[in-house]
Parts: sequence; C-alpha cells; structure tokens
Amino acid sequence: MRGPVSMRKVAASVAHWTVVVVFSVLLAFPFYWMLITMFKRTGDLYNLQNNPFIFNQKPTLDHLRLLFNDTLYLRWMWNTALVGAIVVAITLALALPAAYALARLTGRWGQRLGIGIFLTYLVPPTLLFIPLSRVVSLLGLQDSIWSLVVVYPSFTVPFSTWLLMGFFKSIPRELEDAAMVDGLTRFGAFVKLVIPVSLSGILTVVIFSFTLVTQEFVYALTFISSEAHQMLGVGVPIFLVRGDVYYWGSLMAACLIASVPTAFLYNLFLDRFISGFTVGAVK
Amino acid sequence: MSRGTLEKRAGLRPKQEAGPSGVVGTKRWLASAMFLPAILYIFALIGLPFLLACIYSLSDIKVGSVGYHFIGLANFRSVLESPSFRRSLGNSFIFTISSQILVLVGSTILSLALKERFRGRGFVRFLMLLPWVAPISLGAIGWKWILDSLYSVINWVLLAMHLVRPFDTPMWLGEPRLAMMSVILVHTWRLLPFSTVILLAGLTAIPKDIPEAAAVDGAGFWRTLFQITIPMMLPIVNVAILFGIIFTFTDMTVVYILTRGGPYDSTQVLPSLAFFSGILGGDLAEGAAISMFLVPLLVIVAWAMLRSAHRAEVT
Repeated sequence: MRGPVSMRKVAASVAHWTVVVVFSVLLAFPFYWMLITMFKRTGDLYNLQNNPFIFNQKPTLDHLRLLFNDTLYLRWMWNTALVGAIVVAITLALALPAAYALARLTGRWGQRLGIGIFLTYLVPPTLLFIPLSRVVSLLGLQDSIWSLVVVYPSFTVPFSTWLLMGFFKSIPRELEDAAMVDGLTRFGAFVKLVIPVSLSGILTVVIFSFTLVTQEFVYALTFISSEAHQMLGVGVPIFLVRGDVYYWGSLMAACLIASVPTAFLYNLFLDRFISGFTVGAVK
Repeated sequence: MSRGTLEKRAGLRPKQEAGPSGVVGTKRWLASAMFLPAILYIFALIGLPFLLACIYSLSDIKVGSVGYHFIGLANFRSVLESPSFRRSLGNSFIFTISSQILVLVGSTILSLALKERFRGRGFVRFLMLLPWVAPISLGAIGWKWILDSLYSVINWVLLAMHLVRPFDTPMWLGEPRLAMMSVILVHTWRLLPFSTVILLAGLTAIPKDIPEAAAVDGAGFWRTLFQITIPMMLPIVNVAILFGIIFTFTDMTVVYILTRGGPYDSTQVLPSLAFFSGILGGDLAEGAAISMFLVPLLVIVAWAMLRSAHRAEVT
C-alpha cells in the first residue's frame, strides 16, 4: 500500500510546485523585465540579434542617470509624496470620527449608513471625471496638485471609514464605559483611549490611502496638464515619452523604483485590506 | 479573519443599543457631528458630481462654454448611432467577461496551491501580489515594452523556437484581434493577485475539521473540492467577482496606455471613449452621456453586494 500513497504524494507535490512556479513567473515577469531593461546598454537593448535575457554588453547606470538628472522624476515623486501626505491627513480627519460614530453611537442604523458609505467606493473616477473637470476649473484649481488634494479623499474616505468601523467594533465597549464612569466625556474617551489602542488600524488606513494615491491615474491625467505638476503614475508613462520616442531603459527604471516600495508597504497590511473587501462574506 | 468575526458579532448583538453606552437620543448630536463631515464630503465629491454628470448628459455643454441648454436625449441618440460607441460598449463587456473568467480559473488554482504553508510562501506571495499593488499605469507601460512591435521579448522567444518567421512576427498591439487579447491579458494579470488573496481568505476560513472528516469518510481530493470546498467558497468568490467586474469595467488606464483605443477603435472601451470625447475632444455633454452607460452595471453590482452583505447579517 505504501508505494501508491507516496507516488500520489510526489505527484501532488510536483503539481503544487508547478502551479506556484508558473504563476509566480507569469505574474512577476514584467517586473523582472523592468529590472533587466534598466541596466542594459542602449546598443544591447535595440539589437534584434542579441539574446534579450542576458547582458550581451556590460550593465550600465546610464538610464538611471538620465532618469534622475534629466527628467522631472524626482519632482513627480515629491508631488506624489506631498499629495499623498495631505490626502492621508484629510482622510484620517474625516474617516476616524465618522467610523467611530457609525460603529458605536448610532446602533444598527450606523451599520446601514456604513454600508452606504462603503458603496460609494464603487462609484468609479471614470464616471465622475467629466463633471469634476468642470468643477476643478470653476474653482481655479486646474493644473494644480491642489485639485488632486481636494478630489482624492473622495475615494480614500469611503473605504477607510469602512475599514475603521470594523476595527472600532472589535474594541470592547467596556473600555470606554469604564473611562466614562471615571468622568471622561464620550469624545474624550474616543481621543484618549480609542485612538491610541487603534494605532494599527489607523496605520492600515494611512498605508491604504497613500497607495491609492500613488495608483491613481484618471484624475491626474484629466486635471494636470503641465509636466512639472504631474504625479508619478501619469508623469512616467506620459511625459517620459518624447514624441514617439520611448526611452525604455529609463522608463522601466522609473516603473520599478516607484512600484516596489508601494508593493512592499501594501504587502505588510494585506490581511487587513482584504478583511475590508470581503464585506462580511467570510466569518 | 478573526477580526471579521468580531466585527460581525459586535454588529449583531442586539443589546448594544440598550447598553450603558447605548446612546439613543442624548448623544445623537455628537454622533452626527462626528459622521456628518465625512458624509458631506462624500456627497459634495461623489453625489453632486454624479448629479452633474446626469445633467451634462442631457445638455450641450462644452469645455469653456459659459452656459448650456437642455437638449433632452439627443446626446444619447447620437452616441447610440456612433459606430465607435457601439464598438466600445461591446469591448467593455468582452474585456470584462473574458478577463473575469480567466481570473476566476487562475485564482482558484493559485489560491489552492498557496493555502498550505511551505518554505518561501511569503516571498511567493510578495511576487504574485506585485501586479495588483504596483501602480497600474506603470505595470501597463511594462507590458507595452514586453509587447513592443520590434523588440518584444515574446516575439524573440517565438522566433528562437521557430514558431514564427523573421519579419513576420505578431504585432501584439497593432492588430485588432491581438490587441484585444493583449488588453484582456493585462487586465487578467492585474486582477489575478487580488482575486487570489480574497479566495485565500475564504479558504483559510473553512474549518479544518470539515475536509478532514470528509477525508476520513473516504472522499478524495476532487470530491472534497467539488462537494465541500467550492460550495463553501461561493460567497467569497462572489465578492472577488463583483470587485473584479467593477475594477475592469470602469478602468481606462490599461487601454489608454497600451493602445489608446486603437487600432481603429478595436480596443476602445466606454471609459476611454468618454475621456477622448469628453476631455480631449472637449464635448463634455457627449462624454458624460457615454460614461452614463457605466451606471446600470454599477447598480447591479451594488445591489448584489448589498444582498450578500445582508445575507451575512442575517445568518
């Protein structure tokens, strides 16, 4: 009997590793390709006879030099970081009290309102960008990163409120009840007790909002026209292309450098984001 | 998912409304003061623009025009007659449906493979998550290089394997059929990780003793899969599909970067067409009318989500 069982085990293990390896390669290949491309000499990149998987000439840092010295890449990074930081602050200011109120103060009705807020997350930028482009120009914010600061919280606040609601509900009520017996007001208990014990939830929302800002494309493409005011997500694919000339080496370097930190941060908090997406379908 | 469990339980306890901190009445103003700013913000930046989009779609507004007139359904009529629009409407559905099917099959296989702990699982998870967490516009430009007309690495491999002839290599983004395939491929690539981690969350939530009991009773891998795992996974698969539909159907980034809708509108989708005519073409009214065609599907998805959330609340 032992023979067939271990055969089956081996087969299962082979199948398992085949799936894992094939999918990892397919999914990560574009990023591996960015890495190879960014260090290749131009002559090596654009020679059809060369094997593209290996370095036929010595690796070079020319593409990186071009990217950091002769383009606005650093400027776009700064713009993205600045907008991201302000949007995170606005998101926390709006979502923290709202999530707490909906989790604690309004009972079942709060749950419904919370789901309502969550559903607004489903309204896509591609439905709103046309009227918003007019609103932005009426406000005199066209071609300014402030237009993004105003608009971006519209997609960070709904999901953040939803995530924080779940988080606050997992904190035992007795914590605040005891504090209120000791003389703190409800709001005082929220600020002095609930927020400090919710730091990991708040950090989740910070990372989530920040990554959403770095991933956004449609609004930045619509509202921002000049190169210097652009964000990373639009600046790299649109403005690094001069006319019809693609500087693939620098372009791929720009993509990889911007992607990996975001991916790393997101990965740390993945399980929490997912619990927000599953809307109670997992119990 | 232990936190999910907690929040569901907390939401369900009926006594929470009558407890010492149950604040019906007296503290309602505080609750309102705390959630109203967020609600007002969301209304001002989602509700009002949505109303404006409806109004614009019934008007003749252009970029830079001072006022506008209502012209009824004229925009919708002219849009429906335009071949570009019909093509985009069809493409939107083709791209969404085919990429979702591929995502569903792929993520089911991958999540089953990633369920058990093994050495290097964390690293594999990081690698496979990259497409989802990296900014989509940057991932798409990476694909544009991989699918380049001249220097495509795929073509190099095909040539090396003698599957295509020199100077007759496929133009991945230049021929209508191949371009459509490429767009579907990139959408699938991007959503596969998202769907996989959601399914993983569902798989790990299945109590271990159920499949074990089935194994004791003599059920094999396939029987356990089809009679236990898949039925128990349906609610979570539902969630993955609904989000996947929204993310694909309303996305214009992939198409904009890869093909700009070309060649000859063969990869044009509703959101990108709305962008080209509304923003670049300056015809806000027509763009708004085109994007209005996203609404029915969004309503259906929202309804389905509400239903599944409600079911979770009841059971």
